[in-house]
Amino acid sequence: MTPISPIETWATIVTVAATAVAGDVLTAGAMRRIGDLDEIRAQSGLGGAISAVVSSPMFLLGVLSMAASFFSLLFTLSNVEVSLAAPASASLTFLGNAFAAKIFLKENVDRRRWMAAIFVCAGVFLLAK
Amino acid sequence: MKHTLSPQRYLILLAVMLTASIGDTLLSHGMTQVGSVSMAHLGMLLSAMRNLWVVSGILCLLGFFASYLTALSWADLTFVLPSTAFGYVVVALLSKFWLHETISLYRWAGILLIVCGVGFVANGPSLTEHAPVEVAEADSAEEALAGSGESAATDGVQ
Repeated sequence: MTPISPIETWATIVTVAATAVAGDVLTAGAMRRIGDLDEIRAQSGLGGAISAVVSSPMFLLGVLSMAASFFSLLFTLSNVEVSLAAPASASLTFLGNAFAAKIFLKENVDRRRWMAAIFVCAGVFLLAK
Repeated sequence: MKHTLSPQRYLILLAVMLTASIGDTLLSHGMTQVGSVSMAHLGMLLSAMRNLWVVSGILCLLGFFASYLTALSWADLTFVLPSTAFGYVVVALLSKFWLHETISLYRWAGILLIVCGVGFVANGPSLTEHAPVEVAEADSAEEALAGSGESAATDGVQ
């Protein structure tokens, strides 16, 4: 493992979290636009539901972001200790998703959901200890 | 806001939680049998595809992705994500009671926090109902057009 500076360490961790958040938000946005998959499957079958999902450019962009997040996690793990990289990126992703869902998806992130995001974020960090 | 989910939808959330954690565990177990993969021997990744544990893990993760997308089509991201975090708790409990691993006090505290976090959202609404702005705007525009049409017609009659 090549030692890197704290700034580089946190830059790679933030990159993992940011691409993960982009992937989650784009995927969730795509699913919101496509509509209830249960209803689509009832109307056009499983093939219709799959084709509705994979033909959405927003969904494909989301999958691309998820892939970018996966590869940046691999890069991070080759430079940063897993005990820091994994919980830090997972926790930042939870908080980032709450902010991004409020801003981009216009979700009603009330006090209950903020508390959930903060509790889960802290819980994931403690699990890695 | 929708406040309730049908039992079938709770089952899908359960599938999201379980398939992710079980899939990761299966992959991890399979990769320990395959051995460490280096950049010089990427071909080993192909041989990993012949390992039953790895294949089962991939199938589980495909199931996770399908159920995750289904959940996102009727629930908010900020509702689904804390639910998926419950998978961490499942893995920790499995490692304690099945693999007999020791769980530190920190981990028990982490499990408690995640359970509380999931409890916060589980009691709340699953989906934000957005005001149908576009439909309302279209309706008002239609009404305005109809109104002007009526007034034009009455003007013509007069």
